[in-house]
Amino acid sequence: MSILIDKNTRVMTQGMTGKVGQFHTVNCKAYANGVNCFVAGVNPKKAGELFEGIPVFASVRDAKAATGATVSVIYVPPAFAAAAIDEAVEADLDLVICITEGIPVHDMLRTRYKMQGKRTLLIGPNCPGLITPDEIKIGIMPGHIHRKGRIGVVSRSGTLTYEAVGQLTALGLGQSSCVGIGGDPINGLKHLDVMKLFNDDPETDAVIMVGEIGGSDEEECARWIKGNMNKPVVGFIAGITAPPGKRMGHAGAIISGGQGGAEDKLAVMEECGIHITRNPAEMGRLMQKILKD
Amino acid sequence: MKIHEYQGKEILRQFGVPTPRGKACFSADEAVAAARQLGGALWVVKAQIHAGGRGKGGGVKVAHSPDEVRSAAQQILGMHLVTHQTGKDGQVVRRLLIEEGAQIAKEFYLGMVIDRSTQRVALLASSEGGMEIEQVAARSPEKIHTVRIDPVAGLSATAAAQAARDIGIPDAAIASAVTVLQGLYRAFVEKDAMLAEINPLVLTADGRVLALDAKFNFDSNALYRHPEIVAYRDLDEEDPAEIEASKFDLSYISLDGDIGCLVNGAGLAMATMDIIKLYGGNPANFLDVGGGASKEKVTEAFKLMLKNQRLKAILVNIFGGIMRCDVIAEGVVAAAREVHLKVPLVVRLEGTNVELGKKILANSGLPIISGSDMADAAEKVVAAARRT
Repeated sequence: MSILIDKNTRVMTQGMTGKVGQFHTVNCKAYANGVNCFVAGVNPKKAGELFEGIPVFASVRDAKAATGATVSVIYVPPAFAAAAIDEAVEADLDLVICITEGIPVHDMLRTRYKMQGKRTLLIGPNCPGLITPDEIKIGIMPGHIHRKGRIGVVSRSGTLTYEAVGQLTALGLGQSSCVGIGGDPINGLKHLDVMKLFNDDPETDAVIMVGEIGGSDEEECARWIKGNMNKPVVGFIAGITAPPGKRMGHAGAIISGGQGGAEDKLAVMEECGIHITRNPAEMGRLMQKILKD
Repeated sequence: MKIHEYQGKEILRQFGVPTPRGKACFSADEAVAAARQLGGALWVVKAQIHAGGRGKGGGVKVAHSPDEVRSAAQQILGMHLVTHQTGKDGQVVRRLLIEEGAQIAKEFYLGMVIDRSTQRVALLASSEGGMEIEQVAARSPEKIHTVRIDPVAGLSATAAAQAARDIGIPDAAIASAVTVLQGLYRAFVEKDAMLAEINPLVLTADGRVLALDAKFNFDSNALYRHPEIVAYRDLDEEDPAEIEASKFDLSYISLDGDIGCLVNGAGLAMATMDIIKLYGGNPANFLDVGGGASKEKVTEAFKLMLKNQRLKAILVNIFGGIMRCDVIAEGVVAAAREVHLKVPLVVRLEGTNVELGKKILANSGLPIISGSDMADAAEKVVAAARRT
């Protein structure tokens, strides 16, 4: 098992025919069961065409009806990406993964508002996507650094997630699923939502949680872990050295009004029983040590 | 993106929020002319920089005659205004706002932010005007009234009036306060702001409600649809290195250390700064070259870091996923040659084609120090910086 996606998931790609969409669709299709998983693309201007053997449909609704796809991945440019999420939500998909970086915050506020009471889950935007190793990869992460196994990974960052995964794999610790929830201030699933899924997943033994400065999602997740999590969690927060008031690359990575600092987050996480490290090179080894003890 | 107070007030007026009459000036002569044009017997001379706390730093002066306006303008223009938001070197004042004075009866605070946990725009209102809202939040949080706004319904007149009453605006001025609150909200949404503050909002002796200050920060991801906001950009207020970086789509932030970092991805870039500090060094910058760093981008990134005179060593930390390590290695070698690199360079590569990448670095003939993992690379770069 795994969380959110597995080899039986059927995926449509919104923005498949753009440069970025083409590149990553080829890679995703080539990974594990990808050839069976990636069944549709969406582009109103190219409906009826094929890309790499994948049919293109005019709308999410058409793609769902024709192929049974229940998950969408979005590479649409930022000015149109929120509308693409809206379309997927309107079509009642199970899960939408928005890779696009740079969506205006007010667009996301409106999109999240419209998602209230809907069943569709959102991952991202501004995220690498998610992967269940040896089954399916939806997003832009390098598939080959992953190994199938029993550690869950959840992170707000892209390459720092790869760093955590790379350390685990090098130590022989495989992953159940790895979820990049994205670096934007207004997003879909939070650390907490993904943590609950890992807690309920019988094939996940432990979780690495990678956070960064800005907001209070890590603290909220930590407080839930304290009372509810029955698996060990290793935590790291990026940005101990980040100056306040500066956006550190990610739109959501900013210490503002004295809130969202790394030390504050780490203190709450430690207090809630998370095994924290301040050394990003030690995430894998700390996990290994905890599993041995 | 930040703008000046006088620009913020222009926006507020467009949305029906009253402000004192005023004029932006670039010289003492202009300031005196502006004061004469405004008329009256009381003026305020205000330094225009992109930082708060200007009053305490000596950047705001009251003048009772055109001569006093001149001397205040002469004192403020060109000064290095130091506030809690500028850093110790302060910010040079190049622009002034000359405003008519107001008879203040009472001061209030209004703020608008994106509340991440509820995913709503939140209005913050307080009776404690003129103070920093962080201080109010720490000392007397009960004095901050928060209204989370439904994005479809907007800020209703009822909710705005309630907020105005909550902070003690008298009945006679409630209608004007509602206009201010609704105007601020519309400006916030229509202009894609991330933060807006009117601090203080004042009640004048004759019962009017006026925005005495205006602070805005706009969503840089939405500037494509706001050329009128982009036109407000003042490059003098920004770090030259950060401006240069933005031309090449690099994300760069200057810090006060001496070890340059070049990393792909924002999270890994922060973690790289952190590990340098953990091993006893000090990062000189945050630099994210992005997921698809080309040879050209890497070269520009090197040039940018080397403009920093304090730089003693450089750490390149790349987790090549989609980006192949051999391509990155070629970029690093080409960049190091092109800029005639004099400081020690430590490179840590991981990911796709890593062996080929390391071979390219080793065979380059350049004195590149290889780091086997993040910890090893950090240790080596800190040691190299100490030797320099």
